[in-house]
Amino acid sequence: MALLEVDRLRVEFPTRRRALVAVDDVSLAIEAGEVLGVVGESGAGKSVTGAAIIGLIEPPGRMAGGEIRFDGRRIDHLSDEEKRRIRGNEIGSVFQDPLTSLNPLFTVGQQLVETILAHSDRSADDARRHALRLLEDVGIPAAAHRIDSYPHEFSGGMRQRVVIALAVCAGPRLIIADEPTTALDVSIQAQIIALLKRLCRDQGTAIMLITHDMGVIAETADRVAVMYAGRIVEVGRVRQILRAPAHPYTTGLMDAIPRLGRDDADLAQIDGAMPRLHEIPEGCAFHSRCPHAFDLCRRRRPVLQATGDAAAACFLIDQERSDD
Amino acid sequence: MLAFILKRLLQSLLVMFFVALIAFSMFQFVGDPVHQMVGIETTLEEREELREALGLNDPILVQFSRFVLDAVTFDFGISYQHKKPVADMILSRMPATLELAIFSALLALALGIPMGVYTGLRRNTLLAHVLMTVSLAGVSLPTFLIGILLIFVFAVMLGWLPSFGRGEVIDLGWWSTGLLTVAGLKALILPSITLGLFQMTLIMRLVRSEMLEVLRTDFIKFARARGLPEHVVNFRHALKNALIPVITVTGLQLGSIIAFAIITETVFQWPGMGLLFLQSIQTVDIPIMSAYLILIAFVVVAINLVVDVLYYVIDPRLRATRSADSGA
Amino acid sequence: MGGMYRRVVDSDLWFSFSRSPTVVVATAVTTIMMMAALFAPLIAPQDPFDLTSLSILDAHIPPAWMAADDHRFLLGSDDQGRDVLSAILYGARISIGVGFASIALALVLGVSLGLLAGYIGGRLDALIMRTAEIQLSFPTILIALLLNGVMRSILPAESQDQLAIPVLIVAIGISGWVQYARTVRGTTLVEKNKEYVQAARLIGIHPVMIMLRHILPNTMGPVLVIATIHLAVAIITEATLSFLGVGVPPTEPSLGTLIRIGNDFLFSGEWWITMFPGAALAILVLAVNLLGDWLRDAFNPKLR
Repeated sequence: MALLEVDRLRVEFPTRRRALVAVDDVSLAIEAGEVLGVVGESGAGKSVTGAAIIGLIEPPGRMAGGEIRFDGRRIDHLSDEEKRRIRGNEIGSVFQDPLTSLNPLFTVGQQLVETILAHSDRSADDARRHALRLLEDVGIPAAAHRIDSYPHEFSGGMRQRVVIALAVCAGPRLIIADEPTTALDVSIQAQIIALLKRLCRDQGTAIMLITHDMGVIAETADRVAVMYAGRIVEVGRVRQILRAPAHPYTTGLMDAIPRLGRDDADLAQIDGAMPRLHEIPEGCAFHSRCPHAFDLCRRRRPVLQATGDAAAACFLIDQERSDD
Repeated sequence: MLAFILKRLLQSLLVMFFVALIAFSMFQFVGDPVHQMVGIETTLEEREELREALGLNDPILVQFSRFVLDAVTFDFGISYQHKKPVADMILSRMPATLELAIFSALLALALGIPMGVYTGLRRNTLLAHVLMTVSLAGVSLPTFLIGILLIFVFAVMLGWLPSFGRGEVIDLGWWSTGLLTVAGLKALILPSITLGLFQMTLIMRLVRSEMLEVLRTDFIKFARARGLPEHVVNFRHALKNALIPVITVTGLQLGSIIAFAIITETVFQWPGMGLLFLQSIQTVDIPIMSAYLILIAFVVVAINLVVDVLYYVIDPRLRATRSADSGA
Repeated sequence: MGGMYRRVVDSDLWFSFSRSPTVVVATAVTTIMMMAALFAPLIAPQDPFDLTSLSILDAHIPPAWMAADDHRFLLGSDDQGRDVLSAILYGARISIGVGFASIALALVLGVSLGLLAGYIGGRLDALIMRTAEIQLSFPTILIALLLNGVMRSILPAESQDQLAIPVLIVAIGISGWVQYARTVRGTTLVEKNKEYVQAARLIGIHPVMIMLRHILPNTMGPVLVIATIHLAVAIITEATLSFLGVGVPPTEPSLGTLIRIGNDFLFSGEWWITMFPGAALAILVLAVNLLGDWLRDAFNPKLR
């Protein structure tokens, strides 16, 4: 049994005219200790999926269908208080922008201690000792001194280390990291990813790594789910998908990764933009940008079907099979 | 920190200089002060003597410097109307106004903040809607109308509370207080509600919008994602951030309260500085008008200064330089 | 015509308007009160300024539903036998008139100074904005009181009543220019660096023309919102000054003056002389405020 199972998740945002579907029929699973990458453009529904898992969808958005199970137990219909106990304690979170994730009016020590105390019976002194250990662990230099500093006194990369310390401080079994490196300098990005991976390997923590950067996925994740316009279009082991992407959108994403020894001019961009939620076309949502689109793609919506270790939602797979 | 305070201090002095200039020029606008001070039977020679004695024949700059120096030593001259030193008149009426203003401010804070927090956190409840609508009425109703309404209900119809004056006061040195007698406290209730209601609705609406603003921020979402209990998120994290602008506005409103006391004091015949100022306007008693202006300006400027420094103490981001010094 | 209708009905502004019953009611109330004030001479049962039509025998008569035998005065009569309803209609006329005249003055003053400060910049900008800042640290009512007091003291005693209303308009107008200036200056700073303004400058269009023809129209949205909210403030300020006895003279009473006069009779139980003008003032200001609040939110959704 997987640690986290998301089953046919649907998230809607009601608007003036009709409900917009931000996440549509998304199913995925994360095994204990595994790193699952969720990749896609902004607006594809990655972050909303993450928010749904920890029960913090921005109102007026709401979960309109499906189930979320953690450790075999259904968690999406729990009471607010029960959900709160899971957040931080079982499922930790890392947000995109370390500059805005921390409360500017409290020291990092205060914020760590309150989080530790919210999830354990430790004494205040013990919690502070634990906080200090965590700060050292995430690589804050002179942690004993910096524990009483305010967030603005840290650099962006150091702040993201503090955010990671906050995410792991109660010993969660899963961390949802939503674009954890996007707001950081390129030179810092690799360090933060390495830190996340090390902490999780040591503790056996699973990670759901949400990003728009296929390069980060390639280096970090065990498996990857590619999202487009609220749906998963391809999911499977990273190695297989990198070697042989089955969905034209995945191919497009990979062509956009810069590689050593390749001229930058070869970097391909996918033409056009992802349709906004209120104008998702009939048929395959990708058909207007797809170089291989044919009649069927404009009429019917493809469903996920297995391709070896992976699965993709594309009619081309049927075509290739019938060609064989 | 010191440089910051010095800079603000300098700006405050500049403002006070301009206000003094305006207060001084009021004397120049309004004809001959000697004319205001003497009777019809006074001879021309006597008038000229008085003019010389008052220094009105000196160059204007000399007169202005003297005016400023006098004001700094709390000497605002003699009232045209009452023939008494203006400083004494204002001083004797100051306790009444300050007690009213401070009591009203406390009332506004004690009720406005909780109401603002509630309407911010539970903004779709019936009570929140009722409070918001009533608060708009509070902003819309002119102060004097609220006063009249309160008098009509609680003094005329029910006869519970006095409709005018300070009740019984006790003199503590030069300070006369109404806070130590039942009659004095009862007399304070209606005026302070009248004066505080507008500020209360203002504070409530401000706290509400600040709470809504803060609740949308990433660090509140992250605090929730860390699994902090709802009351910690709302009252420790959100409220503290929401209250920072409230401090500024409330501080600035204190000046406003003292100015609005003019209206309340008129409605309730409350013997404070505002009533004195209004009477001085009606009788064109320039020394009192100018003294009141300078005093109010001083209060406003002083409060601004205190608020700025307070801001500095509360928000660690502004203390960045100082902390870096001690942290190196 | 039909297309126009559809455009209005489909617009977001109309949507937010029609979905809020409060705003619809507020608009209706504002319109009705302004019309009633405008056409007061036509609809008022009595001309309260025509002393020959007043009879002291009619004084202190309660509202029609409370009076034992005399039902001529719907909202009662005052101490001079004046019909309270008529006095309110004529009073609202003066209150609203002074309100509009003051915001017109504040608007012209504030918009011009804001344009100049933003467009010319430098020392003029510093001077204007510094003055604005100092003025802003004092409550409006205090500034209006002072200006009013000083101006009245300069005037000769015999013309004081005649000039009371213009003096009041100037005092309220000057006390309210700052917000317009700040907003307009902000917009001007943004607009003056845009290409079309640069182009207009290059082909030698006079700066005054650039300000009026190109920059001014861009500032009108926020200015309209400020003016609506300011109308409520101006009406309250006028009423307050009149109530304090330094505003409109009793010979041509505004709502504030009526409340002041009626206040003396509150203790003898003749509440209608002050309460009805008070209610009229409160309803008028509340309706205008609701309208202003909604306009502000509709123009700037971020502020909601």
